Parts: sequence; structure tokens; C-alpha cells
Amino acid sequence: MSATPWLGRSLSDLSAALSRREVSSEEVTRAVLERIQATDGRLGAFLTVTPEPALEAARSSDARRARREALSAIDGVPLGLKDLFLTKGVETTAGSRILAGFIPPFDATVVERLRGAGAVLVGKLNMDEFAMGSSTENSAFGPCRNPWDLTRTPGGSSGGSAAAVAARQVFGAFGTDTGGSIRQPASLCGVVGVKPTYGRVSRYGVVAFASSLDQVGPIGRTVADAARLLGAVAGHDPRDQTSSTRPVPDYLAGLEDGARGLRIGVPRQWFQGGTEAGVERRVREALSAYQSMGATLVEVDLPHSKYGVAAYYLVAPAEASSNLARYDGVRFGLRAPARALSDMYGETRDAGFGAEAKRRIMLGTYALSAGYYDAYYLKAQKVRTLVRRDFDQAFERCDLVAGPVSPTVAFGLGEKLADPLQMYLADVYTISCNLAALPGLSVPAGLHPENRLPVGLQLVGRPFDESTLLRAARALERELGPSPAPEAIESGGRNRVVR
Amino acid sequence: MVSDFQLVIGIEVHAQLLTRSKIFCGCSTAFGGEPNSRVCPICLGMPGVLPSLNRKVVEFAIRTGLALGCAVQEKSIFARKNYFYPDLPKGYQVSQYELPICVGGGVDLTVDGAEKRVRLTRIHMEEDAGKSLHDVGGDGSSGVDLNRAGVPLLEIVSEPDIRSIDEAIEYLRSLRAILMYLGVNDGNLEEGSFRCDANVSVMPRGSEVLGTRCELKNMNSFRFLRQAIDFEMRRQVEVIEGGGKVRQETRLFDPQRGETRPMRSKEEAHDYRYLPEPDLPPVVVPAAWVEEVRRTLPELPRARGARYQQELGLSAYDAGLLTADREIAEFFDAALRAHGGGSAAAKRMANLLNGDLARLANETGLAPGAWRITPAAFSGVVRLADQGVIGGPGVRQVIEELFRDGGDPDAVVAARGLAQVSDESAVESAADAVIAASPGEVERYRAGNRKLLGFLVGQVMKSMKGKGNPAVVNAVLTRKLGD
Repeated sequence: MSATPWLGRSLSDLSAALSRREVSSEEVTRAVLERIQATDGRLGAFLTVTPEPALEAARSSDARRARREALSAIDGVPLGLKDLFLTKGVETTAGSRILAGFIPPFDATVVERLRGAGAVLVGKLNMDEFAMGSSTENSAFGPCRNPWDLTRTPGGSSGGSAAAVAARQVFGAFGTDTGGSIRQPASLCGVVGVKPTYGRVSRYGVVAFASSLDQVGPIGRTVADAARLLGAVAGHDPRDQTSSTRPVPDYLAGLEDGARGLRIGVPRQWFQGGTEAGVERRVREALSAYQSMGATLVEVDLPHSKYGVAAYYLVAPAEASSNLARYDGVRFGLRAPARALSDMYGETRDAGFGAEAKRRIMLGTYALSAGYYDAYYLKAQKVRTLVRRDFDQAFERCDLVAGPVSPTVAFGLGEKLADPLQMYLADVYTISCNLAALPGLSVPAGLHPENRLPVGLQLVGRPFDESTLLRAARALERELGPSPAPEAIESGGRNRVVR
Repeated sequence: MVSDFQLVIGIEVHAQLLTRSKIFCGCSTAFGGEPNSRVCPICLGMPGVLPSLNRKVVEFAIRTGLALGCAVQEKSIFARKNYFYPDLPKGYQVSQYELPICVGGGVDLTVDGAEKRVRLTRIHMEEDAGKSLHDVGGDGSSGVDLNRAGVPLLEIVSEPDIRSIDEAIEYLRSLRAILMYLGVNDGNLEEGSFRCDANVSVMPRGSEVLGTRCELKNMNSFRFLRQAIDFEMRRQVEVIEGGGKVRQETRLFDPQRGETRPMRSKEEAHDYRYLPEPDLPPVVVPAAWVEEVRRTLPELPRARGARYQQELGLSAYDAGLLTADREIAEFFDAALRAHGGGSAAAKRMANLLNGDLARLANETGLAPGAWRITPAAFSGVVRLADQGVIGGPGVRQVIEELFRDGGDPDAVVAARGLAQVSDESAVESAADAVIAASPGEVERYRAGNRKLLGFLVGQVMKSMKGKGNPAVVNAVLTRKLGD
């Protein structure tokens, strides 16, 4: 029997079905591989697909199941990974030409944990080079498209991850979020994306962009799916000394407790006209829905969030300029042939890095230069402290903060490429959460009233309080009903526009 | 003239720590090995790797800081020092910059009998880089060996308090001895586990304004350090007296030519673009940890030397030699304990350790840990000498044999027949024979030429094949000739 019908279901449903032996992991994995084969030429979500290892993992899972030894709720479930996670023996490029052909000798901690839980990893997902971008157009290997409208971007930088989950190519995926790189594409693709608290998930084996901001998180079709995926990878890792030793709660416990009694902060600064009307309408409707579910809305102030984008574009490039220094052609990755050492460095990095990576290396190098450090990097770090203080004060009056994820729905391919500043402003609402090291998520809030493209609601919580965010997101999900699947990916065209 | 100028020196020491594993990963820190055999993704700077701080490195830094009287900081942070070099895998060195683990402190020296304190600016922790190997295949190509990349270092920075080459050498000797006493460094200059850079400047005598300094690198022995500073001092004086200005620059010492050469000028200096290392949380050292480490500090060379002078009556010179190397001092302590002896035995042991044993150790290149002579056997030799069983030449012979083969001093004395004859009747018969055979000398002695006693003693010793106890021979002859 074909397992194809299962592709439309959630990870949680599949997990239950696997337990009941209604379908085998091998059957589902075959269906997933066929689906990727059939759709990814149009979508461009995958950089690498690994059918053989995936099927082998699936058969192992089925064997465990037969012996009643299933490892976890994700045992046998096909998942995808942003191509930023090191996978032993499987090419890992970070979306960059400079790492083309790089075969890591070890697995990232997240990958190790997923394998340990029995997950079936089917491949590596497209992304903006080194996670720098908001559209996945900065991938050295071609853009990924939005499954709701193939002329538009899926967002980024974890665009491949969000698109693959939305297009029913995988049951869940992992991305990273440095300034919105999970939440924004999740919002633009109509799926759930969680950026956990900084330190909640190990960064070991994840190609670094901006170390003090990067955080790994899941993308799922439903809130419960995302909760299961987060639970599978969260927790202290001795190999990442910035990871927290706090115990990981059961993210499924209390998930169905509803929104009654929650105090939801609505930041004044997030509703000052910078958001497209149709997006803002859906966000406000979501807030009303919370009120009707018994939550209270509290107006809060985040006065320093207006400096967020500026501070972010000093801190993140500064760290990136240092993190990307290791791509020098000496030990791995691309090496341009040259006689002199300095020529080899220059030519390797010129040929290996794309325009955005180069732009950020230059910005960061400048910001850290002697004589400029105090005015730029240090000042940006002070802004971070103030942004965090804003949130701390807000959380004295509310349990979480809600607002838009992105000022617009998915934008067209090429639309913002010529204007980096416009691209940077796509992250205006998501960046503060990273600067303040707080958890945030994007949950579908319905489709845009005109173009029927997904709109996400952002929720930001107290440090390590992912549970409250997930519970609130689940309440909205239940209220709005299951989010629809994109149709464009089936036909290769655009979603039907309803006026 | 050089004598019109005052030399001013500040020294930076990079000391490799004797931890078993590297500072941020589990790889071995052992010296040598096949190139790139002691490496892992972390010290290779692979994408995605993160550092995990080796706790022992922090402990060693605390230990060193306490021994040098520094203030150990409750909170310090690591920073990235960014520059491109093939032997620097990540393109940055993880070091400490704004908040190092130790500040202040100093090293006390005695130079030409004068007491001197060289103050320390700071001590910080950092990782070593790898090594570039040039012309590896004979084809002009270069290679990189990353075995050393990530070996932990302490950088110990002095104030510009040093005023002569002798002070510089003594500072380094003292610091090296302290680090070796602490067990944090092996003090090996040749292999580069104890490296020093010197910041050298000159100023007119009487001036209080420091001159422009040059940083000297690549001196892997005290001799080279001496040569380099001497050359540099003369060079700077020449520049100034020729009406020129010393340029601030880094200069490399060339041991073949005994001179320093410019490596890079201030203008060419790297902008290291330091930033706090985001992959490592601040290093927090609670007061309780500092106290715990303080309780394990050994007695340090100067304190030990002072004790040897006060309690055992050794000279400052002997005490200094004995305490320069912790293993020698411990050998000495153990031998003295085995002997149970006081000041006289201590003096005799000091002479032998600083004399015969030091010479043998030097010839063979063996550290005390590798000697075959044990402290107990050494104390046995001293006991035999105390008892008059063996004399000076016998002592030397026994020590040489024990040093070479080990074993028991009594057995060596017996096997080699080294025991002196102290039996008076045997000495008397030999003395009688010499007196009878040398009537002329005996007569002149008795007439007042007392110097002839030495000749007569020599004759007796000769007839006894050198085994007569010199004291007994002397006493017997003096008595008989006085008749």
C-alpha cells in the first residue's frame, strides 16, 4: 500500500501511526523520497538528498519497532536539516561555494541526538550562504522557492527548511536563527518555527555565523510537531560551553492548556505602521482571538527595539568576520591555485564567498578595527543590554509578547536583492529576540486576505520559557483550525488568488 | 657611548603548560610526533567546532599567579585575536585581552648581591599556534604541522623594570625556576616550551623618559638572549648618537650572525581586531578555588634558599645553585634526611652536588630524576667521608661509579678497595720506613724546615699506595719527627 497519503499528515500523526504499525518507516521514507524527487526540481529546497542512508535508517527503525524497542516519538520519522549542520560523511556546504565538496568527519550534536532518537535524515536543505540573508537567494547553489507561489522566496535564511516542511517533503526540519532565520521563513511558508532561548540547543557542529546570536531550532507543520522536535535536541552539551545546564521540560505537557489567563504584551513599537495592512490585519485578528480565549492584552513598550537592526548589523558581521576567517584554503574547502600565500588567501576567498558574505566580512572587519571598536561594536553591545532590559521590564507586566514576524508576506524572487537595506529590514521584528537571547516562535495566523499567502504571528517569551510560547501558539492553532497546505507546489504555478 | 645610556627591558614569556591535553580539546600536548598526528576537528578549526576550556589550564594559571604574588581575578574573559596565518587554524587565536586572569605581582631577584623586584603587568591564558614547515618536499613547498596548535600557554608580561642584561637573564632564570617548581612548565627553551620576547629601549642616563622600544623575538637560549639584547642596545645607541630616531618595530634575532633584523614596523603591525570570544563564557574563579590552589603551593626557590642559609648555614651561592632546580633541591633534601646530618653534612653535600654531580649531570645531560645514584646512596658516600673511610679521591671515584651504575657505596668501596688505612700501627711502620730512608730531609725538618713535612707525608702516602688516611699519616709523622 502506498504511504503517500501520510505525507499530508503531521509528524505527531505519523509517529502515532508508526507506533500502531499502520505504516512502516521504510514505506513513509520511500514516499518522502519520491515526493522530493517529484517536487524539488520546482522548489529547490534540497541541496543534497541521501536516499540510501535514509532508507537504511528507516529499516533500522522498523526493525526496532518490530522488537518493540522504538527509541522516541521521532523514531522512523523522515526529517531534513539545514545545510549548516555538520553531517558525518555527507557534504555540508553552508550554502557556500567555499565549502562545496566539504565532507565533515563528525556529526553536529543536534544530528547525533536526532540519529540517537531514531530519526530518518533524508538530506540537507538550501539556505542563504552562511545563514546570511532573508530570502535564500544568497545560496551559492541557486534559490529556493516558496511552495505557495513559486515566483516568490520562502524567506531565509532557513528557507529550504521551511519550504520543505510546508511542501510536505519532510515531516519536520531543523534550521538556525540568528536574526529571524527560522521564524521569518516559517511565517512566509505557513509553518511553525521556533527559535529557542540562546543556550537551549547545542551549537556544536553547526557552522557559525554570529556565535552570540545563532540558535538552532525546529520547523514543524504543527505546534505539537515543533514541540516534539525541540524536545529531541534541547539540553546541555559539554561540547558547547554556552549551552545551558537547565533541565529540559516536557514541551508536550500543558500544550493543550489554552490561553486563558495569559497576559499577552503588545509592543507599541511593533504596531506603528511599518507592516503591510493585510499582514497587520491577520496579526490583530490573532490578538483578538487570544482575548476571546480568555487571555488579556497588555500594551508594553520596547523603546530600544528601533535600534535593533543597527545594533544587529554591527554585532553579527563583527562575529561573522572572525568566524569566516577559517575559510582560508589551507585545510579544507575551496583553494584557488596561486603561488604566493597572500594571493592564495585572496583568490580563494574572492572565488569562494558570495556578495553578501563579503559585504558582512567587510562591515564586521571595519566595526572591529582599531579606533572604531568602541564607537561600533561596544556601543552595539550596549544596545543589546538595553533591548534585553526593555523585555525584562515588559515581562513584569505580561507572560509573553506578541506581534508580526515579518512586515510583509513572501516577496518576489529578486525583489530585494539589489537593495541590501530593504532585505535587512525584513528582520525588523525578529532581531530583538536574538539580541536579547530570548525564545521566540512563529505560528500561522491565517492567509493574507488578498493574495492568500501565509502570515505568521510572532510570540516572544521569558528566557527558557519555551513551554508558555508553545502553549499559546497551540491555543491559536486550535482556534484557527489546521493550516492549509500550499497548492502551487503541486501545479507549479501560483496559489489561487481569492479577492 | 653605550655607557652614557641606560638600558630598559620588559619581557614577555610564553610558557607552555604541562597539562596532558590541549586548552580547548582532548588532544595530547606531547612534544613532537608525526606532523598532524595530535589533532582533532577542534584544534584543526573545522567549521562548526567550539572550544571547551580545560579546567587544569585555569588551575595552573591560578597556581602561577599565586606564586608570583598576582591578584587572581574572579572574572576574566577570553578574546579572539584575529590574523591570518597558515599555522593559525581558525584565523584567530583565542587569548585574553581586556580582562586577563592575573594582574600585578612580581619576581624578586638578587643580582650581584643587590635585591631587585621586577613587577609583572599581567598573566593571561591562550592557545599556541601550529608550526609552518618550509621546503618540506624539497620542492619549495611549505607545510603546516598543527600538533602544537591549541597547546595551552601562559603569557607572563613584565613591566619595563629590568635595567641590565644580567637582570634580564636572572629574571628569566628565576621565573623559569618558579614555573618548574610549580610543575606548570618544563623550562625547555630549545624546544620552545619556555619562550621569551624582550622589549628593549635605551634612554640617556639620568633621564626618566623611556625611549622607543623594539620587540626582539626568536631567542631560544639565554646566550642568544644576551647576544640579542647586547646587539640591540648598541644598535639603538648608535642610531641615537648618529642623530637618528629609533623606530618602533618588531625585530628578529639571527643566531648565525648574532644580530637583530627588522621583521615588521609599527605601521605594518597587525590590527588584531580583538573581540570577546562569544563561544566561551567568562572564566569565573571563586575565592574558594584560589584558596584550594594556594594550599597546594610548594616551597619556592627563594624561600628554600633562605632556609638553606639560615638553618643549614650554606652560603648564598651554594643555596642559589641548589634551589635553581627543584629536582636538585629535592635530591639534596632527601639525602640530608637520609643522613640525618646537620650543617657540616649539608655543606659537604652542597659541594658535591654543585661540583662532581653537577659536572656528571652536565656531561650526560641527565636530570636528577634519571640519575642512578639515589639520595640514600649519596648520603652514604658522605657518611663514609665523614667517618674517614674514604678520602677526597675515593669520594669522587665512588660518586662517579654510583652515578654511572647505581648501587651501594659500601659495596663500591669494598669492591674497589678504596677504604683508607686509618690503623695507626700500619701507618707507623710505613712512617718508620720513610724516616729511615730519608735521613737528610728528616734532619733539615728537625732543623726548622717545616715545609718538608709535606714531602714526607707524600712519601708515606706513596708507600701506602695512596690509601693512608691523610689525617692519620699527618698526626703519626708529626709525632715521630718531634721525637
